[in-house]
Amino acid sequence: MAITNERPLSPHLSIWRWGPHMLVSILHRVTGAGLTILGLAVLTWWLAAAAEGGESYETFLGFATAPFGLLILVGLTWAFYQHLLSGIRHLAMDSGAAFELTTNRRFAILTIVGSVVLTALTWAAFLGVFE
Amino acid sequence: MSLGDSASPLGKVRGIGSAEEGGGHWISERVTSIALIILGVWLVVSLLLLPDLNLPTVREWLGAPSGAIPMTLLVIISFVHGLDGMKVVVDDYVHETGNNFALNLILLFLAIGGASIALFALARIAFGGNA
Repeated sequence: MAITNERPLSPHLSIWRWGPHMLVSILHRVTGAGLTILGLAVLTWWLAAAAEGGESYETFLGFATAPFGLLILVGLTWAFYQHLLSGIRHLAMDSGAAFELTTNRRFAILTIVGSVVLTALTWAAFLGVFE
Repeated sequence: MSLGDSASPLGKVRGIGSAEEGGGHWISERVTSIALIILGVWLVVSLLLLPDLNLPTVREWLGAPSGAIPMTLLVIISFVHGLDGMKVVVDDYVHETGNNFALNLILLFLAIGGASIALFALARIAFGGNA
């Protein structure tokens, strides 16, 4: 008898009606992967460019202030807040709390609203709207 | 089964069960996540407090211990946390042993390589003497 990788798999993604908790769960993965691959690449590029100086830093600033670069930076800001808030939610759930349906749903919605609001506030502050 | 029928029941289950390392990985994800709540908020607040993001400002900020030390921690811990998280995603979706091993190895090399570039850049800014 050969060892196979065929393990029984119960249906999961396909059988549930979509709700905020499911959206936040998958967003946690997507934003986590995005922050790791894209976010750490941008952070590393920025630090390396700052160390190199001169033209390298100019190139980075050129990217960061171009429309496409700004879109990526705003996206990363949102991903950071979404992952932060749903991460805090997961830490609370690791303690066994917030599994009741209404509470769980409420906190899931709060992370989505919170990440959008915090992203808007951060960029407004960054662009000097409050000064 | 490749071990043959002469293997004892214990011998048959050895090697196809838990690697007994899942707990450590799970805890590492949580501990680094708590550290990143602090360091993530530090990064956003620091960036907002800087008067601009021009080269001299950034070098002065990251050249002083108050900027260099948290940024060093942020780089190390976010690469560890990102690698922990990506491993969960890879293990969830890539079941074929060879592909799983290859992908995890690539991610490990990328994480160590990326972190080294970022840390070396920080060292250059702090000790490079470039004004």
